[in-house]
Amino acid sequence: MSLYDEIGGEAAINAAVDVFYRKVLKDDRIKHYFDGLDMVKQAAKQKAFLTLALGGPNNYTGEDMRKGHAHLKGLNDSHFDAVMENLGATLTELNVPGHLIAQAAAIAESTRKDVLNR
Amino acid sequence: MPKVVYGGQSYESAGKSVLECLTAQGVSIPSSCHSGLCQTCMMRAVSGAVPAKAQAGLKDALVAQNYFLACTCYPEQDIEAVLAADGLDKQQAMVTKVEYLNADILGIRLKPSQPFEYRAGQFINFFKDADTVRCYSLASVPGIDDELSLHVRKVPGGQVSGWMFESLKAGDAITISEAAGDCFYLAGKPEQNILLVGTGSGLAPLYGIIRDALRNGHKGKISLYHGSYNTEGLYLVDELRKLAQAHANFSYVPCVSEGAAPQGYAYGMVLDVALEGHPDLSGWRVFLCGNPDMVKAAQQQTFLAGASMGEIFADPFG
Repeated sequence: MSLYDEIGGEAAINAAVDVFYRKVLKDDRIKHYFDGLDMVKQAAKQKAFLTLALGGPNNYTGEDMRKGHAHLKGLNDSHFDAVMENLGATLTELNVPGHLIAQAAAIAESTRKDVLNR
Repeated sequence: MPKVVYGGQSYESAGKSVLECLTAQGVSIPSSCHSGLCQTCMMRAVSGAVPAKAQAGLKDALVAQNYFLACTCYPEQDIEAVLAADGLDKQQAMVTKVEYLNADILGIRLKPSQPFEYRAGQFINFFKDADTVRCYSLASVPGIDDELSLHVRKVPGGQVSGWMFESLKAGDAITISEAAGDCFYLAGKPEQNILLVGTGSGLAPLYGIIRDALRNGHKGKISLYHGSYNTEGLYLVDELRKLAQAHANFSYVPCVSEGAAPQGYAYGMVLDVALEGHPDLSGWRVFLCGNPDMVKAAQQQTFLAGASMGEIFADPFG
């Protein structure tokens, strides 16, 4: 059974998007990056990110992730860490078992170089 | 950079949508909402691949024939396109009544020539002529109202609203599209609380949704906040107050944001007043319509107040 199925598939992701994105928008360290953005479009991107992290069907290309973040001034490890923290807190809140959270975190971590354009 | 080929000319897309690319070059393409909803700017690709996003909401048969929406089509490779007939079916309707709801908003009633299926809160395209079309939300409710009704705000310099205010009258025959849009009341969770926030003529779909919910025996709270600068900008005040008297679960708060609020009105920006009254929206369903900046802010703030993303419905047309 894949991580994605074990967590509960798309229904679980939909539940997680709400919790995760709400945390991100309330996080003083990173929320300014989301000022004035179309929330519905953003939510679709957050969902794509969570689907990726949770091992679901995705067509992730590092290229999209690079393009999507290239214009964000001053983006650095501390911001990426904040997102990782919110991801972990979201999955904990949704009672995802620790070993699955670790798997998701490892996948999410693998996007760091693209997000920070390294 | 991918090129857009239209009418024998080739244009650089330069990261723009097909619609932006063509109109920037002076090519006239009928369009209205610019949000991928009204299907006015539908085109058909005769060569080149269409990104899936540009076909969102189109019927399968249209997708299969390479129809797409020019406003949401960001070409990834060269594309040659031709104009298409509208994606939504059209029909004739008769104007049965035109009345001022306030100094800047007209109430228009229409009788379609054929049976007309819709849900309260959906929108229609209203044609002034073949190329000049605007989207309006329906304020009427199937099963309550015999006719369709629209609330039209006078837009400064507006081609269609200007024409309506000047010359539209009962007895006129006009063309409308079938109804579309996903901002409407769904029965099935009768205990859920519902918050509705609107400005100006954004009341139209909310007025339909509220009455549809009440007609369906909705049990949860139905809480409407309608805002404008002053009391003259509001309308249907008496009707809504009567509705609130008749239904214990429906409440109505008219809001004014300038000057002082008379008795029976709240003072402040409508979104602030609504959130002050309902700081915790966990489990609520939310409907938003009106000024685009208000709607955008409200989507975020009601979400942060606890409403689920999937339970927040925004109507793009006032």
